Amino acid sequence: MHEYEALIVGAGGAGLYAALEASKTGKTAVLSKLFPIRSHTGAAQGGIGAALGNLEEDKPEWHAFDTVKGGDYLTDQNAAILLSEDAIQAVYELENKGLPFSRTPEGLIDQRRFGGHTRNFGEAPVRRACYAADRTGHMILQTLYQQCIKNDVVFFDEYYVLDVVMEGQRCSGLVTVNFSTGEIHIFKAKAVLFATGGFGRMFRITSNAYANTGDGQALLINRGVPLEDLEFYQFHPTGIRGLGILITEGVRGEGGILRNAKGERFMERYAPTLLDLAPRDMIARAIHSEIQELRGIKGDGSVDDFIYLDATHLGKEKIEAKLPDIAEFSRTYLGVDPADKPMPVHPTAHYAMGGIPTDLIGRVIFNSQGTTYEGLYAAGECACVSVHGANRLGTNSLVELIVYGRRAGQHMAQYVKGADFGIVPPDVGEPARARLAELQSQRNGPDPESLRQEMQRVMMENVGIYRNGENMAKAKNTLGEMRQVYTQIKANDPSKAFNTQVLEILELGHLLDLAYMMTACALNRQESRGAHAREDYPERDDKNWLKHTLAWLEDGKIRLDYKNVDISRWAPKPRKY
Amino acid sequence: MKITVEIQRFNPESDSKSYTQKYKVDAEPTDRLLTVLLDIKGTQDPTLGIRKSCAHGVCGSDAMVINGKERLACKTLIKDVAQGEGAVIRVEPLRNLPIQRDLMVDQHKFFKNYMHVKPYFMSSEEPKEKEFRQTPDERQKFEEGTKCILCVSCYSACPVIQEVNPNFLGPAAIVQAARFNDDSRDEGFEERLLQLDYPDGIWPCESRFECTRVCPRGIKITKTINLTKRKIQQHKS
Repeated sequence: MHEYEALIVGAGGAGLYAALEASKTGKTAVLSKLFPIRSHTGAAQGGIGAALGNLEEDKPEWHAFDTVKGGDYLTDQNAAILLSEDAIQAVYELENKGLPFSRTPEGLIDQRRFGGHTRNFGEAPVRRACYAADRTGHMILQTLYQQCIKNDVVFFDEYYVLDVVMEGQRCSGLVTVNFSTGEIHIFKAKAVLFATGGFGRMFRITSNAYANTGDGQALLINRGVPLEDLEFYQFHPTGIRGLGILITEGVRGEGGILRNAKGERFMERYAPTLLDLAPRDMIARAIHSEIQELRGIKGDGSVDDFIYLDATHLGKEKIEAKLPDIAEFSRTYLGVDPADKPMPVHPTAHYAMGGIPTDLIGRVIFNSQGTTYEGLYAAGECACVSVHGANRLGTNSLVELIVYGRRAGQHMAQYVKGADFGIVPPDVGEPARARLAELQSQRNGPDPESLRQEMQRVMMENVGIYRNGENMAKAKNTLGEMRQVYTQIKANDPSKAFNTQVLEILELGHLLDLAYMMTACALNRQESRGAHAREDYPERDDKNWLKHTLAWLEDGKIRLDYKNVDISRWAPKPRKY
Repeated sequence: MKITVEIQRFNPESDSKSYTQKYKVDAEPTDRLLTVLLDIKGTQDPTLGIRKSCAHGVCGSDAMVINGKERLACKTLIKDVAQGEGAVIRVEPLRNLPIQRDLMVDQHKFFKNYMHVKPYFMSSEEPKEKEFRQTPDERQKFEEGTKCILCVSCYSACPVIQEVNPNFLGPAAIVQAARFNDDSRDEGFEERLLQLDYPDGIWPCESRFECTRVCPRGIKITKTINLTKRKIQQHKS
């Protein structure tokens, strides 16, 4: 049995920042199913928002307001204020740790415009996104990993968590499998942080990595932990046609324009003030409408129709300097140089606003009163603080990783000094071991690949940008049946070591649980708010629905409750841009 | 189009040596090779061992040897490596590291060498203002090294490691050292010098450019190594 005071699961931005902080006082280890620098934080492109005001006047208060309005008032305002204030210090800390930001001629951190980020409460776009070309996430991940090496943080690479050890309302360890041997390893801990990222892989078209399968969320729901606001899932407006690979909002931040088949700048009709820099949910819906109304480039309204993201007027020099990776993706996957021709794009499943409910220092919450577990933390995309509410603004995911990963790590560092180790029974790994043995029992079972594809199709068609009750009710039943089929799946690969098939089957189970829960939550919420757009309930309904959903999965049934939204600073208003 | 993918297989639990297995697939010319490999894994042979994550060339998980050259499978389209009906694509694990299983290699030595060069920012003082000032030109000087995703392609392609000195530090580690040595804010050059200036350190490099040729991030690796050598020589003289 391994023993660490603080255990971090996941080695993306939130996990690594938390590890740096926790390891200042506590014996800390990071467990990751990938090599740390392979984490999906590295795929974030455009920037990290912070009101540094390096190019024009900016204030944290404006950033907080934009975050709240962007989240369609479901954002907890105290969390957004903290986010925007801490963001400034966090960005300077990253720079001071060596992060190679792009610079202004004066040598300051350069900043660019991004969707929904405005000056003076919505007047016009503001330069708030600090960036390193279009590789901001890569640089954050590299910088944090480098600092972890410098500070001798212990890593268990390619360890996969199978179970969470809970004693009542307290977390005391983890059951894991070492990918390279197939052996079970038990970890005892005073505090455990989940920073396991999102679950875009439940959709057919996604910007997410294969690794984004919601493992932390799914493991915890099986231990009775609720999930918050799961119905809110963001589609990024500009994914590469057919593949879903992300084309950063930074393209539009630098002046790129969305155009339909007639060449119209159609955002003029949907968001007259912010245009192509309106929040993502509105732009994704606008693209969807253009395609439905036969103004897509193909013009047939089909699911694979698309529109153009035009950056040709920016010129080759600017594109190569500020958006070099985008230019390369476009050339590689589309055969298009964005300096010469517009890029064919359509929305792509991108980001979970909902997740494991936490308080402002990352402690996991288990009821509508906000009571927290002991020794159990979450941060990053897998968590729900909630700073993103019903729709996340661009750059705020990186801000959240850094601000809340850091806060959770700091609290863990303090907590482990005064806490004892809990009890981890010696046979705690037996259920996980039995599960693996059963999976590899070499009997015939249903085919995991077709089940995965079916799940991705069902989610894409029924729980995507626009939703309605009838289709979601059917989808929920289908997903419920698929969860039953899933229990019969077997792995054909009998090997212990390096068994990727077993891991993929476990990941599929996590995705199915979350897809089922997300559909149930989306069916339950009878209004349209942020990324949750119901055809049968097209209006926001603050009277009945200005509240967070909490959902539990209990014996295959969904139980729901609600939690208040912090609206202590700004009264909810209609959302126009 | 119908193509054949020849994959070098090895499972330490059942095989005494590597062998080749052929799979026939129907693929679009614009498909990513990674998609084709995962399709083989999903529908023909779930035992195929492969690492993957981002699937668009930024995480560095799926470097492998494709038709004899190191490439990322997710950044390689079928039309890049197979011309016409019946074409054959040969896929092998990276070189210069022990094979774990099929297309997965043991990267510990690579990361050990990487960590050896102290690939992190060092500064003895706090910035005078909130951030260290750095002009766009100063920032540009170490741009190359910041692009590295540690995908191991250059290490695999290095003929010096293969033919001359298996203990050579390797291209990626030197690029990572240069990324900091060339950063106007960093003060770790002398410490990193000790990690580069020894017989198995930077000096075995013979400028054979294989690393530069295969780098999926287009980093001018050989040039970076030569500039670093020159910087060390200047410092010593």
